[in-house]
Amino acid sequence: MYIEDKNSHQTHWKEYFSFSSDHKVIGVQYLVTAFIFFLIGGLLAMIVRAELLTPQLNIVSRSLYNGLFTMHGTIMIFLWILPANLGLANYLVPLMIGARDMAFPKLNAIAFWQIPVVGILLLLSFFLPSGTAQAGWWSYPPVSIQNPSGQFINGEFVWLLAIAISGVSSIMGGVNFVTTIVQMRAPGMTYFRMPVYVWTVLSAQLLQLFCLPALTGAAIMLLFDLSFGTDFFSPFSNGDPIIYQHLFWFYSHPAVYVMALPAFGVFSEVIPAFARKPLFGYKVVAVSSFIIAIVGTFVWVHHMFASATPNWMRIFFMASTMLVAVPTGLKVFAWVATLWQGKIRLETPMLFCLGGIVMFLFAGITGVMMASAPFDIHVNNTYFVVGHFHYVVFGTVTMAIYGGIYFWFPKITGRMYLESWGKLHFWLSFIGANLNFFPMHPVGLQGMLRRVSSYDPEFTGWNVLASLGAFLLGMSTLPFIANMISSSLRGHKVSNNPWNSTGLEWTIPSPPPVENFEEIPTITTEPYNYGEPSRFSIDSRTI
Amino acid sequence: MKPFNIVLLAFFVILIIVTSHWLGQQSYTWLPVPAALEAEPVGDLFSFLVTLGSVIFLGVLGIMLYCLVVYRVAKDDHSDAPAIRGNTKLEITWTIIPIFLVIWITVYSYDIYERMNVLGHLSVVQHHGPLDEPAYAAEPKTLSGPTETIEVIAKQWSWTFHYPNHKVTSSELHLPVNQRVQLKLQSTDVLHGFYVPNFRIKQDIVPNRTIDLSLTPNRIGKYQLEDSQFSGTYFSLMKADVYIDSSEGFKQWLKLMSNQVRKPAKNDAFSEYSQPKQTKFDWPSVTPATPPLVQSSW
Repeated sequence: MYIEDKNSHQTHWKEYFSFSSDHKVIGVQYLVTAFIFFLIGGLLAMIVRAELLTPQLNIVSRSLYNGLFTMHGTIMIFLWILPANLGLANYLVPLMIGARDMAFPKLNAIAFWQIPVVGILLLLSFFLPSGTAQAGWWSYPPVSIQNPSGQFINGEFVWLLAIAISGVSSIMGGVNFVTTIVQMRAPGMTYFRMPVYVWTVLSAQLLQLFCLPALTGAAIMLLFDLSFGTDFFSPFSNGDPIIYQHLFWFYSHPAVYVMALPAFGVFSEVIPAFARKPLFGYKVVAVSSFIIAIVGTFVWVHHMFASATPNWMRIFFMASTMLVAVPTGLKVFAWVATLWQGKIRLETPMLFCLGGIVMFLFAGITGVMMASAPFDIHVNNTYFVVGHFHYVVFGTVTMAIYGGIYFWFPKITGRMYLESWGKLHFWLSFIGANLNFFPMHPVGLQGMLRRVSSYDPEFTGWNVLASLGAFLLGMSTLPFIANMISSSLRGHKVSNNPWNSTGLEWTIPSPPPVENFEEIPTITTEPYNYGEPSRFSIDSRTI
Repeated sequence: MKPFNIVLLAFFVILIIVTSHWLGQQSYTWLPVPAALEAEPVGDLFSFLVTLGSVIFLGVLGIMLYCLVVYRVAKDDHSDAPAIRGNTKLEITWTIIPIFLVIWITVYSYDIYERMNVLGHLSVVQHHGPLDEPAYAAEPKTLSGPTETIEVIAKQWSWTFHYPNHKVTSSELHLPVNQRVQLKLQSTDVLHGFYVPNFRIKQDIVPNRTIDLSLTPNRIGKYQLEDSQFSGTYFSLMKADVYIDSSEGFKQWLKLMSNQVRKPAKNDAFSEYSQPKQTKFDWPSVTPATPPLVQSSW
């Protein structure tokens, strides 16, 4: 039965368009902004997949095609996944650790408002005479700085500027999250009483702080090579294009863990709630987030197995890459063991997380295959890689973000979403994603390269299947959008804890009051205490 | 456990092992036909990875599906399940086994990589450039029969093959079967990539550096060379035909070519670039290099 809590607070819609320093408002701002860019990035992908329906080039020009996949990748990484993760983390972390807000609320707002700037810059570049950046989201020199238009302000220039601003925003976020988690936990909330989600956010943000400077430095040097006549990466003037690759991947490999770790965190919160059991092996799952982050800093050359890298380097990084599979596998086993002898309900958040784990299992296995250097040399830069990483970024991370949005939707809005549309959204997404990304594996094994705008007719069948899957994925967003809008306006109102879940965020009203907690709680129990005597009534203030 | 359950479990374990083994055998057909000596160990490696990967995937998936069927409760059942927080023995086991598996894969892969280097038919990557790094692999065993040296020149967006010992320049790559070849990979502008899927070998080409790549083609036929490192607007069109000829056929081809006058090669990128611009979004491109002057049979 729903009982109105006089302390719940409905945010006025105008606040979401303002420079608010409330982490809950900023969280929603990040999520909605990121989702809009997800749709834009998705639209670009639809055009790419429409072109790839046939082997020949017949819809767009070569240069537009190159711009499309470059912008698709850039937007999806820097304007969908990273900010969407930040949105959830922003909303949840202070609630989960018993704080009233983040450590630096104004810095939080400044970090958010840079995101629309990055997006507008990138989208406007479509209308420059030079067009957008067209060298892929890696932007390898020398090709990325050839600048055939001869213009000073060209697509690549704007791209590098956007990446630099995005880096500044992310570093601000890193400072904020690490400080908040280290300094602002409620009394009794030791590290080993924090939910795994907070552990994963902490590991991810530490990675951002440590590794981003390499990318930002590389982008600035590339900008100087492009616009001011320097020769950092010019092979004909004693520069070295391979150094750029090292600097780029030193950040961009850990970046995939920045994307994936919070997704693992979401799985670790949702699975126990819908299996009604504690997270199996909690301490190991928590610590493995750190181990993944640390080992993940030493694997970057596996993106360069076919580059100008010496044999000894390839062998070393093959070994380190294989190693990172172990802590990752431990998490998967823990989630499955949480299901064992549980009481399982298959509602929408659980469906997305289970689907995400299955797709991650597949992605992890193809990942270990590519860790093997002699095999990777065959599939490097083919569609096999594209298939692998889409199983990660869509099949694991995007599914986790969806699962998290559904799970915490009642907390954020104070209303429940429509379950039947949620299930429809799940099935369309799961089927669409597998149809879209599985065919990329056989076609990559056969030698179809990535980033091509036309291909050998023998690859047609798989490409048609992939394109149909892509269009289905596009359609799958519709029930989600309808559900989100309709349910936030007119969904059934809910009380503090509609899922009967453990976790501090479920002890306060939905939506939470501005200051989150009437009184900062003192923590005396372990997390995920399903089935244990310490599980009091859902409104307990001492937990 | 009840005897029936033990039998059922044994049945599924056997099913998983048989299926994985079958997939491992099938996996050879998922790769293009191998045309170089170096390609064969990669096929074995892939089969091993597929078999192992299938066991893990089917095993974990099977347990998940079992749980979703057997432990599912009604939607309105919000009661808690037993508070099982861990099982030390199980956790140690499922940590040790993956570590062992990962070490196994690493050692096997290293072995394959070395075999590709030391089969006597060397796949050594040697750089001659400003940073001159020494190669790790052992020196090649000397073979009877000379190594054919071929210069491979990549530029936006064409491939040119120069046979210095025979004074032949061609836009097709002809290789003698069962004979070691050393390709000297060069680029005049941006990064490119040398990749023939049937050889399983790929190497990025760096401007102002010559990278030596050696292999032994071993199957007569026609194959395709692609540019595997994104190199700009018309990168998708940067392909070349690769012919593995018999020793006699190879000598004949060289003799035929050396008697030809050099003419501009057919070049798809140059042809497409020369067509009129279609739309507003046909952004400026780097001008393709003029087609190289080559000897050819047309």
